[in-house]
Amino acid sequence: MSSRERILRRVRDALGEARGTGVDVPRGYRRRLTAAEAATRADVVAMFTERVAARRATVRHAGADDLATSVAAALWARAARRIAAPADLPFGWLSELDGVHAVADTGLTDLETLQGLDGVVTGCAVAIAQTGTIVLDGGRAQGRRLLSLVPDYHLCVVHADQIVGTVPEAVARLRPERPLTWISGPPVAGGPEARRAEGGQGPRSLEVLIVED
Amino acid sequence: MRVALFVACFNDALFPGTGRAVTVLLERLGHEVVFPPGQTCCGQMHWTTGYQREAADLARRFADVFGGHDAVVTPSASCAATVRAAYARIARAVGDAELERAADGLAVHELSEFLVDVLGVTDVGAYFPHRVAYHPTCHSLRTLRLGDRPLRLLRAVRGLELVELPAAEECCGFGGTFALKNADVSVAMVADKVRHVRGTCADVLCAADNGCLAHIGGALSRLRGGVRVMHLAEILAATGAPAAAGRP
Amino acid sequence: MTGGSSAGGRDSSAGPVPLPMPKFAAAARTALADTGLRRDLRADAAALRRRREAAAGELGDWQELREAGRAIRDETLLNLDAYLERLEKSVTEAGGAVHWAADAAEAARLVTGLVRATGQGEVVTAAVPAAREIGLHDALAEAGVTVHPTDLAELVARLGGGRRPAARPAPPAFHRDRARLRELLARLPDAPPDLPDDPAALAAAARDHLRRRLLSARVAVCGADFMVADTGTLVLLESEGNGRAAVTVPDTLICVAGIDAVVPTWSDLEVLLQLLPRSATGDRMSPAVSTWTGVTPGDGPRELHLVLLDNGRTAVLADEAGRAALRCVRCSACAHVCPVYERTGDEPYGPRGGGPIGAVVTPLVEGVESAAHASLPYASTLCGACADVCPVKIDIPGLLVHLRGAVVESRRRRPVPTPELVMMRSAAWTMGEQGRYEAALRSGARWARLLSRGGRIRRLPGLLGKWTEARDLPAPPAGGFRGWWRARPRSGGAR
Repeated sequence: MSSRERILRRVRDALGEARGTGVDVPRGYRRRLTAAEAATRADVVAMFTERVAARRATVRHAGADDLATSVAAALWARAARRIAAPADLPFGWLSELDGVHAVADTGLTDLETLQGLDGVVTGCAVAIAQTGTIVLDGGRAQGRRLLSLVPDYHLCVVHADQIVGTVPEAVARLRPERPLTWISGPPVAGGPEARRAEGGQGPRSLEVLIVED
Repeated sequence: MRVALFVACFNDALFPGTGRAVTVLLERLGHEVVFPPGQTCCGQMHWTTGYQREAADLARRFADVFGGHDAVVTPSASCAATVRAAYARIARAVGDAELERAADGLAVHELSEFLVDVLGVTDVGAYFPHRVAYHPTCHSLRTLRLGDRPLRLLRAVRGLELVELPAAEECCGFGGTFALKNADVSVAMVADKVRHVRGTCADVLCAADNGCLAHIGGALSRLRGGVRVMHLAEILAATGAPAAAGRP
Repeated sequence: MTGGSSAGGRDSSAGPVPLPMPKFAAAARTALADTGLRRDLRADAAALRRRREAAAGELGDWQELREAGRAIRDETLLNLDAYLERLEKSVTEAGGAVHWAADAAEAARLVTGLVRATGQGEVVTAAVPAAREIGLHDALAEAGVTVHPTDLAELVARLGGGRRPAARPAPPAFHRDRARLRELLARLPDAPPDLPDDPAALAAAARDHLRRRLLSARVAVCGADFMVADTGTLVLLESEGNGRAAVTVPDTLICVAGIDAVVPTWSDLEVLLQLLPRSATGDRMSPAVSTWTGVTPGDGPRELHLVLLDNGRTAVLADEAGRAALRCVRCSACAHVCPVYERTGDEPYGPRGGGPIGAVVTPLVEGVESAAHASLPYASTLCGACADVCPVKIDIPGLLVHLRGAVVESRRRRPVPTPELVMMRSAAWTMGEQGRYEAALRSGARWARLLSRGGRIRRLPGLLGKWTEARDLPAPPAGGFRGWWRARPRSGGAR
C-alpha cells in the first residue's frame, strides 16, 4: 500500500462515522468597514495611509496629473541613479525622470544586475486599508516576484480605487492562481519590541505613492 | 430566603472562618442558612487530576445532598465552577445520563454572584478599615466570569481602601495537584504573584477561593511577607466587632 | 507563521529527537534555572500579549471571526480525506508534484531524495516548522547535502555552537544582547572585519549573510501555513521574508506541511488571514505573506514539490475529543499567555512544540504510556487563559483534563496500583460517607497540630512535602467548620 493510500485510510478510520459531516460556517463577521470606521472613500484612503505609515513605510500622495513628478521626486530624494521597473509599467509614470536610468524587466534581467540597482518601481493589484497592506500579483505594472524582492527600495504606486477596506474584500478581488505577495511594511527580524530590528529579506525601504484619480 | 451552604471540604477542614463568615453575613442580611451535614467534597480534585470514576461518585453524592435546595451558596469559586461547568462533562465521561440530568438541576452560586445577582445587594453593611488588594482567581475570572462583582462588593465596604494588584489576572500557580506535581514551576509562579502583592503595600489580599489564597498566603507566610490573606466573605462579614473579622 | 515572529519563532533547528524525553517537571527545572531564558520569555510574553490584545481588540468582529475560524477548521477535519484528495488534484493540475509521508522518517527520506535528484549539494531552509519534527537537517547532512537555515533565530543559535540548539530558538535580542550577538555574528565567514555592536549593523550583517545564501539558492525547503484544497494554493505568513525569497529565487521548491494545514476554499482565507497574524504577533497582517499555486512560468521556481506529512496527526484525529486540537493554526497565542510556558519555554514539552497546545498534541500522538508523555497534560494549572485567546476556540483546558483521564485510566490497568491511585481512591472513599469524612477531619486536625508551630505547618511528609518546600500551610483548627456549626447556640441547620 502506498503512503498516500495509508494516510487516506488512516484519516477515514480515524473519523469513522463522523466522516463527511458538513459544518456550517457562521459568516457573521464583517466583510466591509463599518460606517464608523470609514464612511467615505476618503476615509478608506486615510485609514490606508495611517496604517501603511504605522508599518514603517513612507506614504506620499499625488494626483493623476502629477504622478510622474511625484515618482521622480521620490527617487530623487533617495538619490537613486538606476532603478528597475516591470516592462509593462505605464510609460507615463517614469516620464519625468531626470538622470535616473530605468531598467525595464521583461523577465530576463539577471540577479547581479538587479542587486546593483537602487530600487524598483511597481504598481499593485490590491491594497488593504484595515491592515496597511499592498498585494502584488505579478500582473500589469508589477513584474515577477524577484523584481520586488531584490532591490533594497520599493516604490509602490497605489491608485485610490485599488484600496479596499478589509481582508475579505481583498480576498474576493484577488485571483488565487497568480503568485501573490502581500507586503505590510518592510520585513522585521528578531522578536517583539526590544528584540526587533530592521532586517530580513525584501526591500528595507518601502514607499507607497497613493494616486487620487 | 432559605440558603443551603456548601462550605467545601477544604474550607471545612482548614478555613472554618470562611464558612462562619458566610453564615454570619447571610443571616445579617436576613436569610436563613442551613448546612446539610452530609456534604463532603464536590470532586474537583479527582476530576482535574483525571480520576473520572471517583469524581463521578462524589458528584452523585453532591447531587443527592444538594438536589432539593432552591439556592446553594458556596464561598469556593472553583467548587462552584466544578459543579456548574464540569459535572456535565464528568457525567458524559462515565456515561451517566442520570447524573447529567441531576447536575443540570443544581442551583449552585458562588457567594459574590449570589449577593449581587440573586439578592441584588452590593453594600452588605461591612466595615473593614484596611488596604485590600483583590486577586481574581482563574475560576472566578475565566470559568464563572465573576467580572467586577467582587470589586463592587469591596468598594461598598466602609473604611476599606481597595488597591490595584498588578498582573492580577495571572494565575498564582496553585492549580490543585499542579502545586505538587510541578512544584518548581508553581513556586516560580507564586513568587511573582507574591512580589506583585507586596508591591501594593496592601494589608490584606483577598480572593473568592481559599485554595489560591492558601497557596499565595503560604508563600507570603514563608517569606514573612507581612500581608494577610482573607477570603472575600470574611471581609464582607466584618463589622468592626472583633469576633467577626479575620482568621482564627 | 514563522520567521522569528515570537518568543520562539516556530522553526526549528533540527537536531535528532532527544530520547528518552524527561518528565515535564524535571525538564522544567533546567529551564527555570536559566535566568537569561526566563528574562527573555517574560519580556516576549508580555510584549506579545499586549500586541495580541490590541490587534484582536480593535476588530469589532473578533468573536465572529473566531467562530468562523472554528467552523472552517472543523469542516476541514471532518472531511479531511476529501480535501486532501482535492488538494492533490489542484496542486498537480497547477504543475506541482504531491508526495505523501506517513511518518517523520519517510518525510525526511522524501525531501532528501528530492534534493539529491536536483544534483545540488546545498539547500536553504526557510520557515519549516516541521524540520525538527522530522529530523530534516540531520537527514540531509547524512546524505551529504549542506543545509543553510535562513531563519535568523536559527542562524544565531547555530553560531552559538551546540549541535542541537533549543527546540525553538528565541529570536535574538538585538538591543539587549548586542555584545554577545556581535561576537557570534563576527564568526560568519562574510562578516565585515570591524563589525560594530549597534543593533542596526548587527541585523544588517545577519541579513546580508542570509541574503547571499538565499539569492544563490537553487533548491529551497519551506513550510506552509495553509494549503487551499480547491485551488491548490499554498500560503506562508512570516516576519523575516526568508520564505518570500525561498518561493522566488530557487529553481526547485520543496514545501513540507502537515496534512492538517489544508483548508477548503480560497475564500476561507478571508477569516484565517485575519485570525493568524493578529493572534501570533499582534500584527494586523504579517509583514510578508506569500501565496503560490503550482508553478508560474517565468516567475519563481520551475519545480514544486509538496510533501504532505501525517506523522501522528491521524492519531490525533482518531480521538473524538482530541480531534479539536488539529484546528490549531500554530499561532502560539496559547503559549504566549500561558504562565507555565512563560517560565519554562519550549524545551520541556518535547520536539513537537511547546505551550498548552503542545501539551495536548504530543500525548495524543505519542500516547500516554511513557512517564514523560503522561506528564504533559499535567503541565498546566488549567487557568484557562489559553482557551480565551485561541483564535479557533480550542478548549485546551478541557482537552488537558480529558487527557489526564486517559493517563489515569491507563494506570488503572497496571498490575500494581500507583501510590497516587491508592491515595485518590482512599480520598474518594473517605469523602463517600459522612462518618468517614468527619473521622478523617478529626484525625487530620490532630496530626496537623503535631506538625505545626505557631499556627503554621512548615514541613509535611511524603508527597505533600512538595507543598512545604516553599509554602506554609495553616494548621487546621480543631473541629473544623462543622464543629463550630454544631456548637453554635441557635439551631439553624438542617440537622
